[in-house]
Parts: sequence; structure tokens; C-alpha cells
Amino acid sequence: MLDSAEGYVTEDGRKIGGVVMEMKNITLRFGGVVAIKDISFDIREGEIRAIIGPNGAGKSSMLNVISGFYVPQEGEVWFHGSKRPPMRPYEVAQQGIARTFQNIALFEGMSVLDNVMTGRLGYMKTNIFQQALWKGKAEAEEVENREAVEKIIDFLEIQHIRKTPVSRLPYGLKKRVELARALAAEPRLLLLDEPMAGMNVEEKEDMSRFILDVNDEFGTTIALIEHDMGVVMDLSDRVVVMDYGRKIGDGTPHEVRNNQEVIDAYLGVSHD
Amino acid sequence: MFYREAGDFKTSYTDDSQTFPIKFDRYRYYVVLAVAFGIVPFIINDYWANALLLPFLIYAIAAIGLNILVGYCGQVSLGTGGFMAVGAYACYKLMTAFPDVSMFIHVLLAGGVTAIVGVLFGLPSLRIKGFYLAVATLAAQFFLVWLFNRVPWFYNYSASGQINAPERDVFGIIITGPNAPAWATYLFCLIFLALCAVLARNLTRGTTGRTWMAIRDMDIAAEIIGVNPLKAKLTAFAVSSFFIGIAGALFFAVYLGAVEVGEVFGIQKSFLVLFMIIIGGLGSIFGSFAGAAFLVLLPVVLKVVGADMLGWPTDIVAHLQLVIVGALIIMFLILEPHGLAQLWRVAKEKLRLWPFPH
Repeated sequence: MLDSAEGYVTEDGRKIGGVVMEMKNITLRFGGVVAIKDISFDIREGEIRAIIGPNGAGKSSMLNVISGFYVPQEGEVWFHGSKRPPMRPYEVAQQGIARTFQNIALFEGMSVLDNVMTGRLGYMKTNIFQQALWKGKAEAEEVENREAVEKIIDFLEIQHIRKTPVSRLPYGLKKRVELARALAAEPRLLLLDEPMAGMNVEEKEDMSRFILDVNDEFGTTIALIEHDMGVVMDLSDRVVVMDYGRKIGDGTPHEVRNNQEVIDAYLGVSHD
Repeated sequence: MFYREAGDFKTSYTDDSQTFPIKFDRYRYYVVLAVAFGIVPFIINDYWANALLLPFLIYAIAAIGLNILVGYCGQVSLGTGGFMAVGAYACYKLMTAFPDVSMFIHVLLAGGVTAIVGVLFGLPSLRIKGFYLAVATLAAQFFLVWLFNRVPWFYNYSASGQINAPERDVFGIIITGPNAPAWATYLFCLIFLALCAVLARNLTRGTTGRTWMAIRDMDIAAEIIGVNPLKAKLTAFAVSSFFIGIAGALFFAVYLGAVEVGEVFGIQKSFLVLFMIIIGGLGSIFGSFAGAAFLVLLPVVLKVVGADMLGWPTDIVAHLQLVIVGALIIMFLILEPHGLAQLWRVAKEKLRLWPFPH
């Protein structure tokens, strides 16, 4: 087992730090259905952590627990060394956890720029009266945050659609805009819910490159859910495998791939 | 051809986020302002002021207010008439209690009182959405009208149950009452409209506007990325009611002079302002102007064309107006939910390339 303060060095030589987020014995029920059963794992500074599993394994529920949308009946969530009290999702976001969604959840009536600017809400400190006057603090704040947003827009190569209403964009670009909105928050932990769902190979390659670049350039800690095994094995440093709400594997891609229980869950077991 | 943005380069984010980023638009805006402030007051007469300009200015303020709530924040409200009544009665109480204070202050305070009432009636929006919220605001509409009818304190125990605006002035110029000159009432309302439009634009292009639109477009995602829904919805109710309250105060004190609450601020008023923003364009400041202008102009145009020029009976013309408005509402809802503002936007896109569309 890894020590909580010490880090480790990945196969490609990146230095991974201490624990950012720790889930302790999380259990989540919806009425009689147990979506997550007694799961514990940690996410470390600077790593790319994947959560995989067959359909209905509870991966998205897990992400929703981390982002505060679901409150687990049992267990504790520790973030940066302190136990997180029950809080509303927007408070979790203000703590520095940003996410994207499995079904794109962009604000369709707004331009790409406005969508990404919304990601920087946590940095907006002026009150409504200053904003109504505009000149002065509100304008300065707008320009300052616009600069930060433009860097993200450059980084993800979406300059050309800056002023386009999101509703006019194709699927792949929407996914990228959603990533931009999450990145604009400069999160301490970035959650990606199936960032490559429904993409063709080329788009998947682009997205993989962006995820690696984000991790590399900004040092962002990333937790992602993905179904494409090739992508998961290539991108992630450590993998949690879930099945029927339980954790059945946890470790490096290599360890997980050779885990008998994981192979059974994916390929099925013969019952003769 | 007419409409060019070529060569109009922005070198700073300040330039890029201004209200009229295109030079042509900016100059047109200055011209409109110059005409409205510098020329119209000198040529205005009582007929023009009372039939067209005052109702347009005041309804435009109300439409901007309602558009912030419905068009930008997505919270449907049918309580506009009731909130206008709050502004009118607050203004009346202030005018009679403090006769020496400037009308500017009274109207602003009336807006403030309405903002507080608006927030109170906006509280249910935290739990209910859409159709059910509309019904809750409908309850506000009927409750407020009932309240102003039944509690004599609000109309200073007058025998008729009406409120009458006493004569008040701003810097020595009479603004309210029968002796107010047309140009003064016009300018007074115009100043408020200009202020409200600029404030609304500043709010909607900045952080507050983005939180409103985020709640409108997808409230759950908005909360997960850090929008406080309580704050976003209640600020929308407060700002919206502030504008509607100002409109109500002006409607009573400057335009009508005497008000019987059930007649003037009934449910018809709520629908009228709602129709203005639907026809004008939801989520657009320009649309609020366009919708108000359209619905103020329509009856006048119909009367001039139908009754005066073609000689139709006046009752047919009056009913024709209802038919036309109804048909237009249905047409806009089906064909162009973003209203006149969107038609204008499309026209501009076409004009950019005209006469060589390829």
C-alpha cells in the first residue's frame, strides 16, 4: 500500500504527490438499490486516475458523490486533508472541483466565450451594484478573467468558435468547450465523465492529447470515467475497477489488466 | 453594404466586451440618444406624449424588467401588473408623506420597495419551476391587487378608493399632475428608461447575467459548476421587480395621474408586458424596446388606418387589434421564439453580405 503523505513515480517518470482526495467506505443507496457498496480509494496530486467498470457499475454515481451532487449514506469524503461536511454542489465547486458531464451540459443559449467565462465564477468578487455600474472594478475583473479564459481557449484550440452560440456546434467541439469550461475554474481536481463517449478515433486522439496536456502543463489532478479500454490503459496512472457497486480492483493499468476478478467482470465467467 | 464590421479591429478585451462592438451600431446609438434627448423634447406635444411616447417609455422599462426575469433567468412570471401596482402605491405613499423630496428619489425608492416585495414572491422559485411558478406569481398578482383595494391605508382613506398623483416638481419643473408640460414628463421618463437600459445591459453582459442564463439553460449543471441558485434567482427577481416598480411608479404618477388598481394593474397588464417580451424577443434588451414599441404603436396605427382612413366602425377596429395580437403571439411562439430581436439579427446577417450573398 502507498503511504498517504509519500508519492510515487509513474512508469513514464512523472512524480506523483500526496493524497488530494480520499473516499472512505462510501455507501450510496437509492431506496432499496445499493449503487455503491463500501468503496474506498484515493486520488493523488498530479495523477490521472481512471474509474472503469461495466454498465451500471456505479461509476457515474461515484463521480456525483465526489462533486457533491449525491450525498452518500455512509462513509466520508476527505479533500486536501480535511473531512468534507455535507455541502451543496456549488460549494464543492468553489472548493476547486470542476467536472464535465456524460451528456453534455453546456448552456445552449450562450456563446462559447460566455460558457467558458461561467467556469470562472469562483474568481468573480464584485457585487451586483459594481457590476451594474460596469466601469471600474467590474470591468477590470471581466478583463482579467477574460485573459485567463483566452489562455484556455488557445490551449484547447477553439479560438475560431469563441463567439458562436453553443447550440450551433457539432458534438466533438461541444465536448471540448465543456472541458474548457471546467478548466477555466483552474480546478484542484478535474472530474471527466466519459470524455470520449460517442467520438470517432480522430476526436478521441485529440481529446486524449488534451487530457495529457492539461495534466502535464497545469499539473491538474484528473479523475476520469471511460469505457474505451485502450484509452484508459494508455492515459491513466492508476485505475479503480467497479462492478455492481463494489470495488473489484485498484492499481496500475498493468496490475488491473491481470486481475482475475476484473477479467471475469468484463468477459463473464462460465458457470458449468 | 449598409452594415460593415470589416476593418473594425479590437485590440483590447474592454473594446471587445462593450455594448455596441461594431462602430456602425455605436454611432447609430449615439444618434438615437441625441434625437431622443436633444430634438424630441422641442417638438413634442400633448397628443404625441400621451398616445405614444410616454406609454412606450414606461412599458419599455417594464419589459426590460420582465425580460430579465423571464428571458434571462428563465423564471416565468405573471405578476407584472401586481408588481407595477406595488411601485405605484409605494410612490403614492412617498409622494404624499414627503412632499418636498425630489420625484427622482421617490421613483427610485418605489423601485426599491418593489424589489423587496419581488424577492418575497420569488422565494417559491427555489422549489418550483415553470408552469407551477407561473401560477405562484399569478397568486401574487391577485393578492397584491386585492391588498391595495382592501386596505385603506394604501390609498390614504380616500372616498373613491383611487390614488391621485399630487403636483410634484423636479428642480422647479412640474412633473406630475395635470399642469405638467409634455416635454418634462417625456424627459423624466426617458432618463429613467436610459438608466434602466444601461444598468440592465451591464448586468446581463457580466457575471450576474451569466449566472442568470446558466440557471435558465440548465439549472442542475449550473449548480454543479458553482452557481448559487438561490442567489441567482433572487437577484433576478430583485432586479426585475426594481425595474417593474419604477415602471409602475411612472405609469401612475407621470402618465395616468389617477389609478384604480383593479382596472390599471390587473392581470391584463401582466399579459400585455409578457406579450411585449415574447413578440420583442426573450433574452434581449433590444427586444424589450421593440416589443413595447410594437404593442404601443399597433392600436394607434390600427385606429388611424382602420377608423380614420378606411372608415370602419371603431368597435371592429378594437376587436381586430385583439385578433392580430393573438395571431402574432402564436406565430412568434411557433416560428420565431426569439421574436423581433432575432428577426433583426437575421436581417443584419443578411445585410452584411448584401447585395452579394455568395
